[in-house]
Amino acid sequence: MSLGACLDRLARLGRFLWSAWAGLAGLCLIAALWQAGHEAYGDFVLTAPLDTIAAAARLLREGEAQDLLALTTRRALTGFALCAVAGGLAGVAAGYSPAVLRLSRPILTLLLGVPPIAWIVLAMIWFGPSDTTVAVVILISATPLVFVGAVEGVVTRDRGLDDMARVFGAGPLRRFAFVSARQISAQLFPALILALGSAFKVAIMAELLANAGGIGGALARARAMLDIAEALAWVILAVAALIVVEYVLIRSVRAELERWREAAAPWGVKR
Amino acid sequence: MSLLELDGIGHSFFGRTVLAGITLRIAPGQIVALVGPSGSGKSTLAHIAAGLVQPREGRITRRYARHAMVFQDPRLLPWATAAGNIGFPLRLTRAPRRARPAMIRAAALRAGLLPEDLGKYPSELSGGMRQRAAIARALVTEPDFIYFDEPFTALDIALKRRMQDLVIEAAASARFAALFITHDLSEAIRISHRILVLDPQGQGIAGQRGLPGAPGSRDDAAVFTLRQHCLNDDPLFAHIDDIDERLRP
Repeated sequence: MSLGACLDRLARLGRFLWSAWAGLAGLCLIAALWQAGHEAYGDFVLTAPLDTIAAAARLLREGEAQDLLALTTRRALTGFALCAVAGGLAGVAAGYSPAVLRLSRPILTLLLGVPPIAWIVLAMIWFGPSDTTVAVVILISATPLVFVGAVEGVVTRDRGLDDMARVFGAGPLRRFAFVSARQISAQLFPALILALGSAFKVAIMAELLANAGGIGGALARARAMLDIAEALAWVILAVAALIVVEYVLIRSVRAELERWREAAAPWGVKR
Repeated sequence: MSLLELDGIGHSFFGRTVLAGITLRIAPGQIVALVGPSGSGKSTLAHIAAGLVQPREGRITRRYARHAMVFQDPRLLPWATAAGNIGFPLRLTRAPRRARPAMIRAAALRAGLLPEDLGKYPSELSGGMRQRAAIARALVTEPDFIYFDEPFTALDIALKRRMQDLVIEAAASARFAALFITHDLSEAIRISHRILVLDPQGQGIAGQRGLPGAPGSRDDAAVFTLRQHCLNDDPLFAHIDDIDERLRP
């Protein structure tokens, strides 16, 4: 890699880190509302934000929290990986084949229509309180999102580019790899970000209901002890884990793939 | 011996015949313009000849080694830089990786792109620059046949002239044959060795006229005189401007 490319990458990283101030401002706004709620309703209903953060820090220092976070994150990521692969492959297949799309539409409605809580109960009966239960529930509840994203990507792709590639001698596989895959990914990434968020939510919900440990288990304990500070602290830790995973895993890849979009808007506010 | 032979090509969309009985031959190094009113099926014919559309009937014989195409819209990959777009056919033909940058620069230069434009994305290029990149992409593999599908229709007149000169120069130096689809008679006269006129209803080639001298040797006055002659005195060209495309399927 040349010096210029290195500098370009560093510049983009710097811009990205600098843009974190905007995110921080948004978070501070929420914290202010939270503080107002705390002052209106008192410590028992809503612990102060600073106290909650202190509680979260204490949980992290005491050691057990790190293991629980790792456990939940691993489960969420397993489920997410499964749903990304299954939803992505099925969505691409359905996008290219109208027959598959028609067959899969009612299945999609069915999967979306059954509440995740019902799947949790079923999975609990089938697999017991284990990693499999959590992964299966995530798979079922998040796959439709990824599927729809992939279908949209295939259907809305620019067929003119396909023709262009064909004129220059690309067979179906290379047309897919060089031309269609990039267009599909543009639609797929927002769906993947949604799916990752829902994977964390569903993982914690399944853990709580199936009594399978992890952050969900810790939340269940906090609820039993009516410990608002600890419950909120666990929520903060879970959200922080999601943010870290999302930015490290998905946004970085996406930023790399979508550099040209930034080039399309050379002036003004970067989004 | 001709590079491209079409015999009795016919095509229909949804049961409506748009082309029938098209027979044409293009010799090596020859630029043939195909003119006809809009909606007469010119583009479809080019797409059939290039293998993008399967004809309903007829036979296509391609004796060239490699073809390329310049479309009406540039059709650049939005996520690739100009260099990436120009090099796209090289990836497909598996040209040696090390030789590619030099080939890309050479093709870009012939299409009038500056080296500093090669790192830009299509969204950063103007319309004319994008079409230049599309032309460079067609030239980069040094094809012996190029299809031009109304490539300059969307450009303004000055830009159009410059692009036509570009094609004339490239054809003279690289010796490719070409099928140039256009509905602009002046463009056809400037650029080609021979003009084919498509029947307004797509029922075969209505006729053809050879042009005196080589493309590029005709100055503006000669082009204008030839055009006036064609439009006023030649019955073959009587209908090329007067069709209403809304009557066509």
